[in-house]
Amino acid sequence: MKQVKVLGTGCAKCKALVEMVRQAADAGGIAIELEKVEDMARIVGFGVMSTPGLVIDGKVVHAGGLPDAAKVAAWLQQG
Amino acid sequence: MSNLPVTMGTPHRELRWAAGIVLAAAIWWGLYANLTAFADFAIAQLGLTRASALGEAVHFFLFDTPKVLLLLCSIVFVMGVIQTFFAPERTRALLAGRRLGIGNVLAATLGIVTPFCSCSAVPLFIGFLSAGIPLGVTFSFLIAAPMINEVALALLFGMFGWKVAGLYLGLGLLVAIVSGLVIGRLKMERHLEDWVQAIQAGTAPGYEGTAQTWVERAETGLNHVRDIVARVWPYIIAGIALGAGIHGYVPEDFMASFMGRDVWWAVPAAVVLGVPMYTNAAGIIPVVEALIGKGAALGTVLAFMMSVIALSAPEMIILRKALKPPLIACFVGVVACGILLVGYIFNAVL
Repeated sequence: MKQVKVLGTGCAKCKALVEMVRQAADAGGIAIELEKVEDMARIVGFGVMSTPGLVIDGKVVHAGGLPDAAKVAAWLQQG
Repeated sequence: MSNLPVTMGTPHRELRWAAGIVLAAAIWWGLYANLTAFADFAIAQLGLTRASALGEAVHFFLFDTPKVLLLLCSIVFVMGVIQTFFAPERTRALLAGRRLGIGNVLAATLGIVTPFCSCSAVPLFIGFLSAGIPLGVTFSFLIAAPMINEVALALLFGMFGWKVAGLYLGLGLLVAIVSGLVIGRLKMERHLEDWVQAIQAGTAPGYEGTAQTWVERAETGLNHVRDIVARVWPYIIAGIALGAGIHGYVPEDFMASFMGRDVWWAVPAAVVLGVPMYTNAAGIIPVVEALIGKGAALGTVLAFMMSVIALSAPEMIILRKALKPPLIACFVGVVACGILLVGYIFNAVL
C-alpha cells in the first residue's frame, strides 16, 4: 500500500490533482492510501513552496501546478 | 543557422515547435495589423456607424476584445517560458542570505518573473522565512508578485504604449521595495502567527533544479496560456463591455470633474475604493482605458488599478493564516500609502 498525499489548501488545481492521482491508481490497479493535506503547517513541513504538491511514501515528487498524467502514473508505478 | 548543442529531447520535436511558433507569430501579426479594418467592417455589416453612441460602443468592443486577447496570448506565452527559469525554490536560493536593501530590490524584481498564485502565498511566505530571508525582503516579493504581472504589463503596453507600461513597472517596483523596507524596519516579526515563529530561521535546502528542454519550456508556456486565458477571459469580456458602455454613452470630460488631476482627493478615494474590490488586471484595464478617454487622470486611475490588484480581500484571508491582524493592517497601510504616492506622481508627471 502506497501512502500518497496531495498537499494543497483547496484551490481548483489541488482538487484536480487528487482526481488525477485517483484515476491513475485505478487505471494502473495500484493500491494507494490517499490523503489530502490541507493544514498549512504540515504542508510547509514538507518544504513545499507552491501548491499543489504530491508526496509518495514520504517523498515530495512534485510541487507547483498540475503534472502530466503520464508522470503521475510513472511515480505511482515506481518502487 | 548555427548548430546549437541539443541536450535532450528529439531534434524533430524541437523543429516542429520552432516552425509552429514562427507560424503562430505570423498569423498573430496578420490579425493584429488588421484590427481596425475588422471592427470597421463588422459594424458596417451590422448597419451601424461610429457616429452613433451604440455604433461607437460596439466598435470599441469589437476592436478591443481581439486586441486584448491577442496581446494576452503572446505575453502570457513568453512569460510562461521565462518563468520556467525561476521556480520558487530557485528564487528562494537567490534571495537567501541577502540583507535589507539589496535584498528588497532583488526580491521585488524576482517577483515579476517567479510564477505566483495567491493560493500558494502562505507556503511561499513560510518557505522564504524558513530560509532565513528577512521579513521585509519577503514582503517586497509578496507585494511585487501579484501587482506587476505579465497580464497588467501586456495590457498597459497595448493600450497606452511603452511609456505608461514602463512607468507602471518602475513605480510598482518602487512601491514593493519601499514597502518591504518599511515593514522590515518596523520589526514586525512578533506579529507572525505562533506556529510560523516556531519554524522560523533555518537554512535553505539547496536548490536542485531539474534540467528542462526547450520543448518542455515551450509546452509550459502553452499550458500557461491555456490556464490564464481560460481563467481571465470572462473578466476581459465583462471589462471591455463595461468599457464600451462608458466609451459610447458617457459624455466627454464627464470624468474630469471628479477623477481629473485637479481633484486632490481623487487619488485617496480611488485607493480606498480599490481595496475591497477584487478583479484581475485583465478585467480592470479596459475600464481604465475608457475612463481615461473621458477625462479621468491617468495617475488616479492607475492608483485605483494597483489598489484593486495588489490589495485584495481573498489574499488577506489567505495570509491571515500566517500573519496576525496588526501585521496585515501594517501591510495594507504601507502598500496603500505607496500606491497613493504613485498616483500623485503619475498625475504630476503626465
